[in-house]
Amino acid sequence: MNLTTTEELVKTFNENSKKLSPAQSDVRKDAISAFQKQGFPGRKNEEWKYTNLAPVLGRDYLIEDTTTLNKKDIDGLLLSSLEANHVVFVNGNYNKELSSVNADEPIVISDLSQAGDINEYLTASSITLNDSLTELNTALANGVVITVKKGKVVSKPIIIHFVGDGRKGNIFSNSRNLFILEENAQATFIENYSTIGSNAHFSNNITQIVVKKDAYATYYKIQNDAKSDHVGTTQVYQPEKSNFAATTITLDGGIIRNNLNIRLSSEYSEASLVGLYMVKGNTHIDNHTLVDHAKANCYSNELYKGLLDDKSTGVFNGKIYVRQDAQKTNAFQSNKNILLSKDATMNTKPQLEIFADDVKCSHGATTGMMDEEPLFYLRSRGISEKKAKALLMHAFAADILEYIKLEPLRELLDQTILDRLS
Amino acid sequence: MSENIKILEEITSSEYKYGFETKIEADSAPKGLNEDIVKFISAKKNEPQWLLEWRLKAYRHWLTLTEPNWQNVNYPKINYQDIIYYSAPKPKVKLNSLDEIDPELKATFDKLGISLDEQKRLSGVAVDAVMDSVSVATTYKGKLAEQGIIFCSLSEAVQEHPELVKKYLGSVVPMTDNYFAALNSAVFSDGSFVFIPKGVRCPMELSTYFRINAANTGQFERTLIVAEDSSYVSYLEGCTAPMRDENQLHAAVVELVAMDNAEIKYSTVQNWYPGDKEGKGGIYNFVTKRGICSGVNSKISWTQVETGSSITWKYPSVILKGDNSIGEFYSVAVTNNMQQADTGTKMIHIGKNTRSRIVSKGISAGKSQNSYRGLVEVMKRAENARNFSQCDSLLMGDKCGAHTFPYIEVKNNTATVEHEATTSKIGEDQIFYCNQRGIGTEAAVALIVNGYCKEVLNQLPMEFAVEAQKLLAISLEGSVG
Repeated sequence: MNLTTTEELVKTFNENSKKLSPAQSDVRKDAISAFQKQGFPGRKNEEWKYTNLAPVLGRDYLIEDTTTLNKKDIDGLLLSSLEANHVVFVNGNYNKELSSVNADEPIVISDLSQAGDINEYLTASSITLNDSLTELNTALANGVVITVKKGKVVSKPIIIHFVGDGRKGNIFSNSRNLFILEENAQATFIENYSTIGSNAHFSNNITQIVVKKDAYATYYKIQNDAKSDHVGTTQVYQPEKSNFAATTITLDGGIIRNNLNIRLSSEYSEASLVGLYMVKGNTHIDNHTLVDHAKANCYSNELYKGLLDDKSTGVFNGKIYVRQDAQKTNAFQSNKNILLSKDATMNTKPQLEIFADDVKCSHGATTGMMDEEPLFYLRSRGISEKKAKALLMHAFAADILEYIKLEPLRELLDQTILDRLS
Repeated sequence: MSENIKILEEITSSEYKYGFETKIEADSAPKGLNEDIVKFISAKKNEPQWLLEWRLKAYRHWLTLTEPNWQNVNYPKINYQDIIYYSAPKPKVKLNSLDEIDPELKATFDKLGISLDEQKRLSGVAVDAVMDSVSVATTYKGKLAEQGIIFCSLSEAVQEHPELVKKYLGSVVPMTDNYFAALNSAVFSDGSFVFIPKGVRCPMELSTYFRINAANTGQFERTLIVAEDSSYVSYLEGCTAPMRDENQLHAAVVELVAMDNAEIKYSTVQNWYPGDKEGKGGIYNFVTKRGICSGVNSKISWTQVETGSSITWKYPSVILKGDNSIGEFYSVAVTNNMQQADTGTKMIHIGKNTRSRIVSKGISAGKSQNSYRGLVEVMKRAENARNFSQCDSLLMGDKCGAHTFPYIEVKNNTATVEHEATTSKIGEDQIFYCNQRGIGTEAAVALIVNGYCKEVLNQLPMEFAVEAQKLLAISLEGSVG
């Protein structure tokens, strides 16, 4: 299937639409026609100014419902060795056989198409800053709803593996997941992207996370797969006083766009967003974040750091929106980048939109090359240039890794980074 | 608090000081825009054929464009057929000295505080006064000419130095640049022209005062400043307009060219009529300003104090083409009541070792919206480029907004680019401290704001700095509450 035009996608939708339940089919039909009207976003679109999807859309893709992958294939993936609840998606579809979830955990996993009362989250308009890819996801995607029960703590992290089975051809997948943390619940989610086989995997994903009163959600997005192209939106709702922390780590990939939208719609909520991108080759990494302070006395802190080598391109677009009611808001944002090669590019757009006066908001952005002075200091003590650089890069990355509270994950990523630097 | 509110009410009802209209007979074109109007303006000014063709080309290009709408401001659609594109104070005879100016006109400028006579005698500032986009008087011309400096109205320059105008007009802001630049290129009526020859340091500040006088007119002036090798010039621009209920359009173009080792300092104190408290009337200030550091070691510095206009929408930019060239942008933008401002700068680093510095201070009060939008672009070949940007916003009251939209594009790894922005309000403790020492709330705010803007005001030439400080105090009177 070719994605340069919308036609084949619409045809696929129409073939599949007969299988839909009546409750969801209206939402999906609206979405596909909205997508058809808009087409894929081009660079004229302000939100897509720095990210060109054309190379991804130009390939031929398969959309596959079934798979022949087995447990052994999954065991070889990054993070598979971690002690956790593993939820496996193949080609965008939830695969129960390949997943392993501890039955004692206080979570319920149900298929999105079977889940009840979630229509409000299903429409594309439930996503702030939605675009035609959101509409396309709404029309085509399958997924799960994971509910964490009231007052419970999930003891092991929940890892969601998005696997592309690229053995026969390029895969285009759409997944849509909803994580709900009931009152006073706690859980850690990790999203991991990987491809099996030699072809590419283009995933168009949406994750919606609802953090209810006094709940605490930790969310990690790990990207370390050269064959993955990705457009993903993580939409977080904090309807009542709650706490949310996101960490996005990108170490490899094709063209990647991560949207992270957080809505603080109740007083005294907190959100933390950190990210590290350490890329080389032709990787394009675009982090788009939006923190919407709708109510007073909320706190948000954002720190994204990037190391760009070879011909890689980085984009950081961070928006902080402080509404008129959101007095006493504290919102901070920082983006720091190091360009390691002559051909690397970084485009930064930190935005503040503020409608309330009694707030403390700041943002900072820097782009440059590695600091000469510390390098000189190390060299003067007999450390080789290569080693000194590796040491400094590792220290630069460590700032973000420190935010990772889950120790086995931090160690694993730390080792991955160290291996790459040596 | 109630006392503050009282002061607020008192002062916001204070009128725009420059809101008078001078009854001077004006020679104007009929309303509307078509090729005939363009030809009419060109003929009125006795322009050569190449300029008329240039205008017509711009007009035809303008017809193919649509008005941009990406900016963070709102205004009703402008009817371009409801504007008078040419209005000149009558009679327009060539003046040899200030004494020959229409006394009524002179009185206008006296009221504005730019007594042309006085300026000439005392301050040593050469002034070019532009009313309804026609230059009416230029002082000190003779003295400047001795050094080979040309300072005159653009239409005069077209007649007397056509080769220079032809060479540089549109070289920095091409007529196809944007919607308003194309419109300006088609219908521009006058403006100032400055040419500093090689090795000359302009001995005095050059200044232009712009005033929109007649109703329903748009002001489309065009300023062109060329500084040859190793020259220096400091140029000031000030603007006012009468109070009117309808909105008036001001779409100007400013082009600066700095060659090897040259320096241009361009300062603006913009105080167009901002509209009344409900946002009725006021000037739409949609201006394209751009300078090019075409030679090595050249420098262009923009300083602006924006207090007027119902909508300000402009981005004075510097193209840093020559190696080691420097671009600077210092801005204070104040919005009160229903004013909207979307302003900032663009620094395009092309040459090696180029440096730029951006200091932007936004102050929003009342129900106004104030945005900083800027671009710092480091091109691939711009080795060792350096940029520092700082955008601070000060909010007064809970109904206004402050926004920043910086774009930072870096394509060279030897570049160092830094950007920081903060948003804050005037602290109650700061006000209390002043009150306690017998400084009224009103004066305290002026004091704090002036301190906040000091970094920018310090860049202004002295005469202007005083005026700008007063202007800030007036613009913000009563916005504490």
